[in-house]
Amino acid sequence: MATAFSVPKFAAQPFNPISPTSQQKPLIFPTAASPFLGSTRKLLHLSSSSQLNLRRRSSGSVFAVSDIVKEKKSTSIPSLLITKEEGLELYEDMVLGRAFEDMCAQMYYRGKMFGFVHLYNGQEAISTGFIKLLKQQDSVVSTYRDHVHALSKGVPARAVMSELFGKTTGCCRGQGGSMHMFSSEHNLIGGFAFIGEGIPVATGAAFSSKYRREVLKEADCDHVTLAFFGDGTCNNGQFFECLNMAALWKLPIVFVVENNLWAIGMSHLRATSDPQIYKKGPAFGMPGVHVDGMDVLKVREVAKEAIARARRGEGPTLVECETYRFRGHSLADPDELRDPTEKAHYAARDPITALKKYLIENNLSGEAELKAIDKKIDELLEDAVEFADESPLPPRSQLLENVFADPKGFGIGPDGRYRCEDPKFTEGTAHV
Amino acid sequence: MATGFHGVGAAVAALSSSPSNSFDSKKLLCSPRRSFPVRKGASFVVDRSDGSVNLDNNPKARRAQQLIVNAVANKADSSPASSSSKPGHELLLFEALREGLEEEMDRDPRVCVMGEDVGHYGGSYKVTRGLAEKFGDLRVLDTPIAENSFTGMGIGAAMTGLRPVVEGMNMGFLLLAFNQISNNCGMLHYTSGGQFTIPIVIRGPGGVGRQLGAEHSQRLESYFQSIPGIQMVACSTPYNAKGLMKAAIRSENPVILFEHVLLYNLKERLPDEDYICNLEEAEMVRPGEHVTILTYSRMRYHVMQAAKTLVNKGYDPEVIDIRSLKPFDLHTIGNSVKKTHRVLIVEECMRTGGIGASLTAAITENFHDYLDAPIMCLSSQDVPTPYAGTLEEWTVVQPAQIVTAVEQLCK
Repeated sequence: MATAFSVPKFAAQPFNPISPTSQQKPLIFPTAASPFLGSTRKLLHLSSSSQLNLRRRSSGSVFAVSDIVKEKKSTSIPSLLITKEEGLELYEDMVLGRAFEDMCAQMYYRGKMFGFVHLYNGQEAISTGFIKLLKQQDSVVSTYRDHVHALSKGVPARAVMSELFGKTTGCCRGQGGSMHMFSSEHNLIGGFAFIGEGIPVATGAAFSSKYRREVLKEADCDHVTLAFFGDGTCNNGQFFECLNMAALWKLPIVFVVENNLWAIGMSHLRATSDPQIYKKGPAFGMPGVHVDGMDVLKVREVAKEAIARARRGEGPTLVECETYRFRGHSLADPDELRDPTEKAHYAARDPITALKKYLIENNLSGEAELKAIDKKIDELLEDAVEFADESPLPPRSQLLENVFADPKGFGIGPDGRYRCEDPKFTEGTAHV
Repeated sequence: MATGFHGVGAAVAALSSSPSNSFDSKKLLCSPRRSFPVRKGASFVVDRSDGSVNLDNNPKARRAQQLIVNAVANKADSSPASSSSKPGHELLLFEALREGLEEEMDRDPRVCVMGEDVGHYGGSYKVTRGLAEKFGDLRVLDTPIAENSFTGMGIGAAMTGLRPVVEGMNMGFLLLAFNQISNNCGMLHYTSGGQFTIPIVIRGPGGVGRQLGAEHSQRLESYFQSIPGIQMVACSTPYNAKGLMKAAIRSENPVILFEHVLLYNLKERLPDEDYICNLEEAEMVRPGEHVTILTYSRMRYHVMQAAKTLVNKGYDPEVIDIRSLKPFDLHTIGNSVKKTHRVLIVEECMRTGGIGASLTAAITENFHDYLDAPIMCLSSQDVPTPYAGTLEEWTVVQPAQIVTAVEQLCK
């Protein structure tokens, strides 16, 4: 299959279709400069070279993973990047993410959940590739497209589904919803509705980690924070401000850009003066890496190095993952603007199909085993939906809980007692 | 820095010269030690001076009635009687803030400070002077000029176990952090279903200064008051500045502490022992019979100056510094309204949608039957604060206007 991909018809400017040999042609449009490898290419051993590059160059390094691959392409013998256990773990996590999102769509159209629901179909490789490398104490900060980040981090499917149904057994007691997934147990710090809002919070979590190590002298504290956000966010002030602060103080954070080329209906190319987001890392003094986000193994390799860098205390990394969302921006988006050929191109690079192919071709697993995993996930989801269906809705008494950590914050009432002692507060019928 | 207080001078002089036994019946001005909490045994006692008063200012009558409140007990500290026997030490308001902050940083290693020029520069109003040398650059963090992001960073740090104190160099700059304050600071405890607490303190100087121009003279309390999930307090004396700073840091809720640019050089004698001021309570400044004057921050001093004139004219105003801008202390306020039946609100906030507007609504809602006259609210004009000194003077409420208002109310 050719590595060329067809041009989105609605781009403001026309492109040249790319093949690896066309690098010498003068390129007018920046995005055409980074060749994207198709998922059907044999994966080459990347880890040593990528490590080398990340360390050898100064913190101002900018490169594309595909460049490295091209350098080594002719020489190395393909060797495996993952073990069987790892492969199955990755497969299961991606299938869980995909199946969960498909189930969400079903449930939405059946009227079980409402509001804005943003699905992650097609981007699973990023969530799985990064989050499966984390420890429980590491933090993940996401955006409104956070269901799969929550699942990868370990939040049970039941808790996420209940939250979406608005039930009291949800991970946020039904108070957050689709866009606000939180789990203190799994260190999932949101779920944010406004784009860019979570990046400073992630920077704060990374700051905490550094503070613990250096001020509180918790010597083994090396928690890393991952901040996930999209291409649209990369034009937002908070993104740049946090890149600056994170690099300045060498915070243990990885900024992961899920560049799916579209911000609702705004093409990344129409919104960004220099669409190559990874190049913005070195401007702030951190490495900028571009990786094929449809390939979980490539993402994982880059993630390993970036997370290790942060853990060693060498500071942040900006990772741009080129990916695509198979569905619309949200379930309310008719998705009429994107070119069907573009969609088809990326559909052919489905990360789950790619990993399945890799596992089978390299004899890490067989059709039957993978189908068993599919079935297991289906059952898990049916159980999650059943659990969510049967869970109770939040009672009235829950209304005023959690507004303040210390409910004295509601103040002192006319009778001299704290208002939170008023029984109407515990019933949820008081007027605040 | 030079801070000439127009109209505040008298109050300042009185504060700095008043002996520690503040119950001298001749003194008409505020005795700020009145309202701090006292711990007695297992129950929590709040010293809330709402006691009845005669016109001859009988000190016994002025002593507060003791109320038992089911609240979390605060650290033990002195009763009004014993504080008068301890020598204490004199501090300026900004030093009191610093002392409070330093004590809390000593007490809890998770307390840290973030802001512009808080570290090496010592803070633009010197509130954090010396702290970076003592605690290090990471605990007293000099941030780049990125309010939205470093406030968000403070919130993220608070969610992951630290207790940051974020300084806005001027409160007005926090408009840039409105996204983080509204969306994250106030809301995340709720949207996470109670999983994450945000024990952050956001503080800074605001208010109309000395010809600082419109943008440096903003009063953000009105913009922030609708945000659910936060508490707002305004300090006005060195005593309550230190007490509120400490209480805010110890609170599990996000608290916004409003300081005033012109009050940083007020001097007062503070007790040596540890104390805090309850975040949700108002402070009785001067008990009275004829009219309740509710105020906060710098306007307290304009009110007290007007009070002198009013007393000479035969009026007996009750002055309450509401201190807690969100939530309102409806108990202290209500008791006062029930006694005097007339309310005047004097604030520096804008007329439209300001704290006074909310307070008027709250009083009308809760104590309508007790009012003999409509509530009067004196606020700053809805005008961008002009640079010219004369114009600036006319945007803010002056003591003469307060006197006129009381006379009108008490007709």
